[in-house]
Amino acid sequence: MDTESTYSGYSHHSGRSRGSHRHGERSRDRHKSRSKDSRSEKSVTINSPPAEPLLGDSSVRGEQVQDDNWGETTTAVTGTSEHSLSQEDIVRITKDLEDSVGLDCRRYVTRTIAVILGLLVFFTPLAFLVLPHILWPEKLKSCGTACEGLFISVAFKLLILLLAVWALFFRPARAGLPRVFVFRILLAVLVFLFVVSYWLFYSVRILDSQDDNYQGIVQYAVSLVDALLFIHYLAVVLLELRQLQPCFSVCVTRSTDGETRHYNLGQLSIQRAALAIIEHYYCDFPIHNPALLSASKSRAAKHLAGLKVYNVDGPGNPAAAGIAQSQSRAMIAAAARRRDTSHNELYYEEAEHERRVRKRRARLVVAVEEAFTHIKRMQEEEPKKAPGDVMDPREAAQAIFPSMARALQKYLRTTKQQHCHSMESIQQHLAFCITNNMTPKAFLESYLTPGPTLQYGKDHWLGRRWTLISEASVTSGLKDGSVFVLKCVDFSLVVTTKKIPYIQMSEEYIDPKSHKFVLRLQSETSV
Amino acid sequence: MSFVPGQPVTAIVQRIEIQKLRQGENLILGFSIGGGIDQDPGQNPFSEDKSDKGIYVTRITPGGPAEVAGLKMGDKIMQVNGWDMTMVTHDQARKKLTKRKEDVVRLLITRKSLEETVKQSMGCHPKQ
Repeated sequence: MDTESTYSGYSHHSGRSRGSHRHGERSRDRHKSRSKDSRSEKSVTINSPPAEPLLGDSSVRGEQVQDDNWGETTTAVTGTSEHSLSQEDIVRITKDLEDSVGLDCRRYVTRTIAVILGLLVFFTPLAFLVLPHILWPEKLKSCGTACEGLFISVAFKLLILLLAVWALFFRPARAGLPRVFVFRILLAVLVFLFVVSYWLFYSVRILDSQDDNYQGIVQYAVSLVDALLFIHYLAVVLLELRQLQPCFSVCVTRSTDGETRHYNLGQLSIQRAALAIIEHYYCDFPIHNPALLSASKSRAAKHLAGLKVYNVDGPGNPAAAGIAQSQSRAMIAAAARRRDTSHNELYYEEAEHERRVRKRRARLVVAVEEAFTHIKRMQEEEPKKAPGDVMDPREAAQAIFPSMARALQKYLRTTKQQHCHSMESIQQHLAFCITNNMTPKAFLESYLTPGPTLQYGKDHWLGRRWTLISEASVTSGLKDGSVFVLKCVDFSLVVTTKKIPYIQMSEEYIDPKSHKFVLRLQSETSV
Repeated sequence: MSFVPGQPVTAIVQRIEIQKLRQGENLILGFSIGGGIDQDPGQNPFSEDKSDKGIYVTRITPGGPAEVAGLKMGDKIMQVNGWDMTMVTHDQARKKLTKRKEDVVRLLITRKSLEETVKQSMGCHPKQ
């Protein structure tokens, strides 16, 4: 089947009336020979053209531009691939282990502090109520029904406070951020100072003097619980409500392929904004596919590799910096003058690739539709078939998978997605689609378009460490024009912020009776 | 003043020369026009033939340059400075009249009373 497409490719090219230099240059894959150097008589091309790598579509290897002047050019472009970098993976995992210990330590500490503070807050009012009974029970005036009413209110308010604190603060941590969370620290300090000041007052005025007005003490405890509830309200506003109103529009661009999305964020610190953006990244951005970047890298390398500048003044020249600058300018000028036909090649290459993809996609769709007709759901009313015929979804998937496997594999190879889907995951997905009565088109949807990163197996997004690179402090708030970069191992996300402008709206009243019309068929103009 | 398509139009015309008056930064002529090939000819109060799509004078500013020059309400404008006005859109007519660089417009206008005047004068002085 491959030869079919190749044959049609040849006929497609020869049928076109291009210049004679095209014949013999187009071959099956992108194996090009550079004969254009000989045509450019005005360029400063000196060296022989480099050999192009044969980009076979049988596997994704790490590609390297094999350049004849390999040792002399300063940049060697290597792409990252998902399979062959075992060394990098090991380094990454060890870094993960090391840093996770540090993070756990910090999380442990924060949790301990939170629990201690919570216990302090919870038991303080109870202590205020109980201590007089323990220390001077005989002096205490018995309090009547008003007191008992206050006891009930203290109990319920404490219960509400307990639930509210549990709801707001004791949630599983979503992420480990580089710096501390400023608002939480502020609130913890506030609560601590508050409780300490209440204790001071209590110990000085009540314990020392052994006050006998128990109702006053109970009211004091109630006022503490009220104030704690208000502090909790402050916490809700500061931590949750303040950033809900959108204030900034952030533009997130992936550095490798330029995928861009825009999000609306409220007033957040840079690290919290970065966290929100990363969570959106996992849900919105299509998965990063390094195999798709190889073509542009090879083009860029080819463009620069054709020029070589010789330094005729000798190496020990004191004006070396000026020479380097003029060298690069000479290279740029020569490259501009050179009659480059790489745009032509790109155009035809892309057209050819698109044709190939569409052809394989058509074959795939037909194969899958055919495969799905081989099985059908067994109805309950049907006479029971032999146990050997009845299959569960997994077996059904395994039964029809071989008929579409080849077409699917070829399609994935052509669109360079084969490393994202393993055989096992494809069969699982097929079983899932069969169970839920999905059509072949629904089954194919996850293969025809690259989905968000979360859709793929855990090995694609687990273990991703993100580094926040920012010129401003990461606990400072977002401002108009702030820029920061979220770096991952393979790529980085560049984030720019813009403030949503202040909108001044005015109103205009239109009387419903003022809508009157006349026919405008005879207009009159004064001159 | 109806016309037969394909045949030349004949009419008795009067030549009127209007000096534009400068008012602020505009040059005005002091009258209003109506009609045009993109307008509805049935609503023209001044035309005899209700299918005539020519340009008619619909209003004259009292004391303006047009009144001084002798333009009357209901006149049909045939030419402006040599430009034909019988087969133009309303906007084209306006543009030809309000060219900034011209201080003077020379109109050829026709009206029903002209014909009668000529007939009368020919009748009074037959074969002179």
